[in-house]
Order: sequence, then structure tokens, then C-alpha cells
Amino acid sequence: MNVISLSPFDLSLAALLVLVLAAMSLILKLGLSHRILIAAIRTVVQLLLIGLVLKTLFAQVSLLWVSVLSIFMLLIAGREVMARQQRRFGGVWGYGLGTLSMFVSSFALTIYALIVIVGTDPWYTPQYAIPLLGMMLGNTMTGVSLALDKLTTTAWQQRSVIEARLILGQDWRTAVGDITRDSVRIGMIPMINAMAAAGIVSLPGMMTGQILSGTDPIEAVKYQILIMFLITAGTGFSAMLATWIGARRLFDERQRLRLERLS
Amino acid sequence: MTILKVCDLKVGELRPVSFSVDNEVVCLTGPSGAGKSLLLRAMADLIVHQGEAYLGDKKCSKINPVVWRQWVGLLPAESAWWMDKVGDHFKHKSDDYLTALNLPTESLGWEVSRCSTGEKQRFAIVRLLEQQPKVLLLDEPTASLDADSVKQVEAVIQNYSSEFNVPVIWVSHDKQQIKRLARREFKILNNEIKEVTV
Repeated sequence: MNVISLSPFDLSLAALLVLVLAAMSLILKLGLSHRILIAAIRTVVQLLLIGLVLKTLFAQVSLLWVSVLSIFMLLIAGREVMARQQRRFGGVWGYGLGTLSMFVSSFALTIYALIVIVGTDPWYTPQYAIPLLGMMLGNTMTGVSLALDKLTTTAWQQRSVIEARLILGQDWRTAVGDITRDSVRIGMIPMINAMAAAGIVSLPGMMTGQILSGTDPIEAVKYQILIMFLITAGTGFSAMLATWIGARRLFDERQRLRLERLS
Repeated sequence: MTILKVCDLKVGELRPVSFSVDNEVVCLTGPSGAGKSLLLRAMADLIVHQGEAYLGDKKCSKINPVVWRQWVGLLPAESAWWMDKVGDHFKHKSDDYLTALNLPTESLGWEVSRCSTGEKQRFAIVRLLEQQPKVLLLDEPTASLDADSVKQVEAVIQNYSSEFNVPVIWVSHDKQQIKRLARREFKILNNEIKEVTV
């Protein structure tokens, strides 16, 4: 069975719904009509663009272009992590910390999945590599930004506690131990919840997509399980890495708390 | 040798400071915002500063910061607590100091959130002395205490200082207290520190 192709007319029928929603927002003075329309237009333009990019990419199977697109996705995710933080590290650290942690865990796990688990040939086959990486980045992004935000805001609020612990002769790891543990936990909880709710409360998007395109549900489920495991591990590892580097960065070589490094 | 020596220590707006304190109590005074707390925090190597502090022949910048802070016991103006029970913040359970500060032994089981400011301050002093610091830097240790507790704290600190030969720097605004405690006084005025005899 093949997927039923959608005509522009079909899509405009769906667009009509969004227009109605925008009109209602105008009538109810929600002040959102403008944003609804802009967001809807962005969806169309961005997705059409990525559709074209993927189509070209799938036809080429070139490691160079897969890498270029991957790096581009990573940089956008890094920017997103930075934007979601109330108090971020100043200078390159603000951008670099989240980006680096996502790079290490997302890229390593995606490559591991491609080579060892799925065994695509060549391993960078874009049809597998790009969606896998996309899902990894999308989720690690949430984990890293939650963990870092928790770390920096709590450290800011609990300055006197951290300093009191340093004064009493604790090293920096112990002095922020409770805070780092909380931060990693906060970063990992969404994925643990998603695993627990998968299939009962929510039908994961990727699986739904595969089923719509005619894949046998059991095959789709197997891929979904693979993805969930990868994402959970990736999110957890990157949240740990970001929290650890971030916590270290809160202190200098004399183990003094340096909150002025946050902006 | 537990002489505390400070050489050209510079922090905040203060001019570079040099002094040494033997096994005695020295009072540090000056208007609010003059930099008293900054100076103490710099001596505990808790904030960035220039210059050097020595404890005997040990140089602050050459000592592991964790060890240095165990030696140089700083008591901040406000105590901080991070666990529910008072006793969870203590490594050893030293009844002596508790009794001397009129706190019952079972008070270690109290919840921090239910303690008064004065109680917390006295617990903080016990917590600090338990570490057996070689120097005491006390930032207005008796500001939140009633008259009886003030006397008890003064006695405990003086005993600790003479028993273990510990130099003490005591920030105070109370002229009577300064007279009771110290023979030397460091006065901060217009970013400069001057020594006066009490």
C-alpha cells in the first residue's frame, strides 16, 4: 500500500482551519491572529525548503552534504538552547556549552545507531541519518536547556548556600552537588515520561508517520523503540555533560563561586 | 606558628592592606559598605583579590583552596542552611559548644526552618568551631543575639582563641564590645584601614 498523495487543494482545506482560528482570535481579541498567520506561513516555507533540501540530499548520498546539513541543524539547536535560558554563561560559553554537549552525545549516538544497530550502507545514508539526527537534536535540545537553566538559576538563587558550603571546607563538587543532581534530573524527566506514556497516551509522531506511509505497524514500532532508547540515552548523557561542564565553569581554579560569569 | 599575616591585600575599593594578627582578638570596624565583609571574604579566598595572605609560613595561593578555607574559618553575617535538620549540617556532634551557647543537645534534631535568627547564628558558630579552624574571621557574630547570648558567644570565642592559639578578627559596631574583647582595632575609613589602640 502506498501513501495517498496530498494535493495543494487538500492542504488549503487544512489551511482554512487555521484561517478560521486566526479570525476567531481576532474576534475574541486574543492578540494572536498575527502570530498564528506568521507561524503558519513559516511552517509552510520552512518545511517546503527542508523537503527540497532532503530530496536533493537523498539523490546525492554525499558525506559532505550530510555533514553540512547536520552541522547546520546543530548550530540552530545550540542557538535555541541559549535562547531558552534565563541566565546564561557569558561569552562563547553561553553558546558553546549547550552546543558542545549536544554535539558529543547526539552525533556519537546517531553514528553508533547508523553503523552498529541499523547498519545502513553507506552509514551516512541521508534518508536514515538526517531524520535520526533531527530527532536526537530536537530532544537533547530540550534536555540540555532544561538542565542548564535549572543549574544557573538555582546557583544564582542559592549563592549564599554554595558559599557557606565552600567556607566550611567543601570542594566545589560537593558544594553544588544537590544542584547538579537536580539539574540532570530535570533534564531527563521529559524523556522518561515520554517512554512511560508511549503508545498509551500518545502515538509517537515517527511511528504514526511510518504507519501512514504503509509500513507494517510492528516494523514501525521497532523503529520507534530504537528511537526512544537513543533519544533517552542521548538526552541523559548530554544533560549530564552540560551540567558537569557548566557547574565547573561556575567556579574558578581557586574554587571560588564566580556568578559574574553568568549574564 | 599560627600568625595570620596579610600582605598588600587588595579587594574592591579598598587600598592595599597589610597587617598581622597574633593569637588575639582584633576588632574590625567601619561604616556599612566600607568593605569589612569584602576583606574577610578575600582573606578566606572566597572572592578574587590581589595580594597575599599567610598563615604561619603557609601562603594562601600555594595551598589547596579547600584546605585553606578549613583553616581560615569565616563566619558570614548571615548563616546559610541547606538541609532540613540542624544536625545534618554537623560532622561531629560536639555537645561542649552547644552547651556553652545554651543550646540543648537534642536541638540538633530541630528543623532549621523553625529556628530563630539568633538560634541559627549560635548553631553557625558551633558548626564553624567544630571544624577546628586555625583562624577565625567573624562578621558581626553577635548582631542578632540578645545580651546573654552575646556574653556567651564572647566567652566561647575567647576560650577557643586562647586554648588553640587562634588569631581572631571580629567585625563589630558595638563600642562596649570592642573594649571587652580587643586591644587593637582596625578601622576602615575612606577606603583606608588604620590601626588604633582600644
